[in-house]
Amino acid sequence: MLQIKDVYASVEEKDILKGISLSVNAGEVHAIMGPNGAGKSTLASIIAGKEEFELTKGHITIDGEDITELDAEERAHKGVFLSFQYPVEIPGVSVTNFIKTAINENRKAKGLKDMPASEMLKKIKEKADLLEIDRKFLSRSLNVGFSGGEKKRNEIFQMAMLEPKLAILDETDSGLDIDALKVVANGVNKLKNKDNAVIVITHYQRLLDYIVPDFVHVIMDGKIVKSGTKQLAYELEEKGYDWIKEELV
Amino acid sequence: MNLKEKLQSSYLAFEDHLQADSPLHDVRNKAMKNFETNGFPSKKEEAWKYTSLKALLNKEFSIFPKNDNTIEFKDVKEYFLNDIDTYKVVFIDGVYSSFLSQITHDVIDVCLMSSALNKSKYSSIIETYFNKAANSESLTCLNTAFAKEGAYIRIAKHKEAQKPIEIINFATGTEAATMLQPRNLIIVEENAHVQIIERHQSLNQNEVLTNSVTEIFLEKRANVDYYKIQNDTQNASLIDSTFIQQQRESICSVHTFSFGGKLTRNNLNFKQLGERCDSILNGVTMIEDKQHVDHNTLVHHIAENCESHQDYKGVFDDSATGVFNGKVYVEKQAQKLDAFQKNNNILISNKATINAKPQLEIFADDVKCSHGCTIGQLDQEAMFYLRSRGIANKEARALLMYAFANTVLESVKIPELKGRINKLIANKIGVNLGFDL
Repeated sequence: MLQIKDVYASVEEKDILKGISLSVNAGEVHAIMGPNGAGKSTLASIIAGKEEFELTKGHITIDGEDITELDAEERAHKGVFLSFQYPVEIPGVSVTNFIKTAINENRKAKGLKDMPASEMLKKIKEKADLLEIDRKFLSRSLNVGFSGGEKKRNEIFQMAMLEPKLAILDETDSGLDIDALKVVANGVNKLKNKDNAVIVITHYQRLLDYIVPDFVHVIMDGKIVKSGTKQLAYELEEKGYDWIKEELV
Repeated sequence: MNLKEKLQSSYLAFEDHLQADSPLHDVRNKAMKNFETNGFPSKKEEAWKYTSLKALLNKEFSIFPKNDNTIEFKDVKEYFLNDIDTYKVVFIDGVYSSFLSQITHDVIDVCLMSSALNKSKYSSIIETYFNKAANSESLTCLNTAFAKEGAYIRIAKHKEAQKPIEIINFATGTEAATMLQPRNLIIVEENAHVQIIERHQSLNQNEVLTNSVTEIFLEKRANVDYYKIQNDTQNASLIDSTFIQQQRESICSVHTFSFGGKLTRNNLNFKQLGERCDSILNGVTMIEDKQHVDHNTLVHHIAENCESHQDYKGVFDDSATGVFNGKVYVEKQAQKLDAFQKNNNILISNKATINAKPQLEIFADDVKCSHGCTIGQLDQEAMFYLRSRGIANKEARALLMYAFANTVLESVKIPELKGRINKLIANKIGVNLGFDL
């Protein structure tokens, strides 16, 4: 589904990604781990199409189609979803109306009419229940005054509503207590099926107890330096990253 | 002959038609003299530093446009609030259109300034109120000198206007350049309530200069909601001066929506004469091209325990320029006051300009006065967030602009009007979004 081929990327002329290749198939969960500043969030941003990041070399394809020249919204229409590490606060736009607009804009791009109001309400209720989101929460301004946990839960709620092909969860576990983590992980697991894929970016193995990856990749200094199974995450938890550095030398 | 000279000679002709014994005679002459002395304001004056009338004054304006112009309802239907029933006071090139209007004398008076000025039964009212709230600025004086038509509204004690009142001034643009000077007088007596929507609308691209003056008097516990919709064509300019006097416990809100026109200057003056008044001044400005909108507000606090709230939002694209000059003046005796002023601006393009100048003059020592002014750009992080959810660039921009203005929009009390304004914004930005945020 997702093919990343030898991707180099920079921001403000600083090279961040230095030749990353990654292949993700439908039905798979991939975890990306690595120390701070290794390029994990940059990788997420470059897949989602953030303009400040410049892809200097390489290609990203979704189902064989090159998306490197597409705008962020066009990538979303192709089924890419990024759960933000720091979701943006937007006063004046309620959660409900934001998600309604997003769904209908995605439908418009596919040549479909707006989703009927009753169907929309039903879907909102169903997905809010899945993530144990209070209805009152939905009429609040997007992310304004939300706790860290509420913000992340809201991200996964949006994912549930938009049903992306490829979801990238950028440090979704940061700022979550264990109960909230379980709710969020449970939501992701329920949304997971054989036709979609998830990339989980995290510092800690903890989240991977709940969202179990098929593959674990370690990024250091803009490159994937090691790939393995879930076992690799345990090793990292236990030994840190230094042993990989040493291995590389 | 320049415009000032033309106005002077027109005034002589105009005055000839008026009754010499009318008490207004002196008022007009005095006002005209003031205009003759001071002329049109120039950028040398502090209050006009950022707004120049110079280019406008070179046009050959017709002072008394031909008044046999008719228009069909279907051609102007879109400018009315059609979804609900309203009273309507409609003028075509300054002349009352009975065909398009729906006026009343039943319980409340929604009728014409010309009647109020000319009929003897109104003479004591005119003597008490006419030109009593207006200031002596040159352009206000010019309007006073030429005042002959506009809306006259009087809501008697304890009465409520059952439907909103629309005051609409159409300019047909039959002539290459037209000058209009509507004059409105609104008296809201004790505990009376009214909602008014005002609009100036040109029907083609010819030059129009409107110098409009409105006086609003609120007696004890009166309540007025006034909405100004400024979405005129590209050669239409408006100088709108509104003077409001509030007696104790009255509440007056004025919303100004400035979405179009060549040059728009809003002089909005509030005077709080009695205790526990509340004045609300809200505005949304969204302009582009070379449009210019200048908000010049003054809240004059004279009595104790009063409040005033100002919230002006501006979005400026292309080479548009905006001015916000908001003054709060607190007299020594106006203690226990709560005055708040907020002015937030977004510059979409590098060429857009906003000149913001909040002024607080406080002579009382036990008051709460605050103001905040910001100038920024659309938040790029927020843009990426919206776009990453599949909302296209233009729609994402529209959503952020709309959200930015939402604090003002949500305070519009007539739902159909709010819907109309939402639609104007959506059309303006060229998106088809519901905006039911």
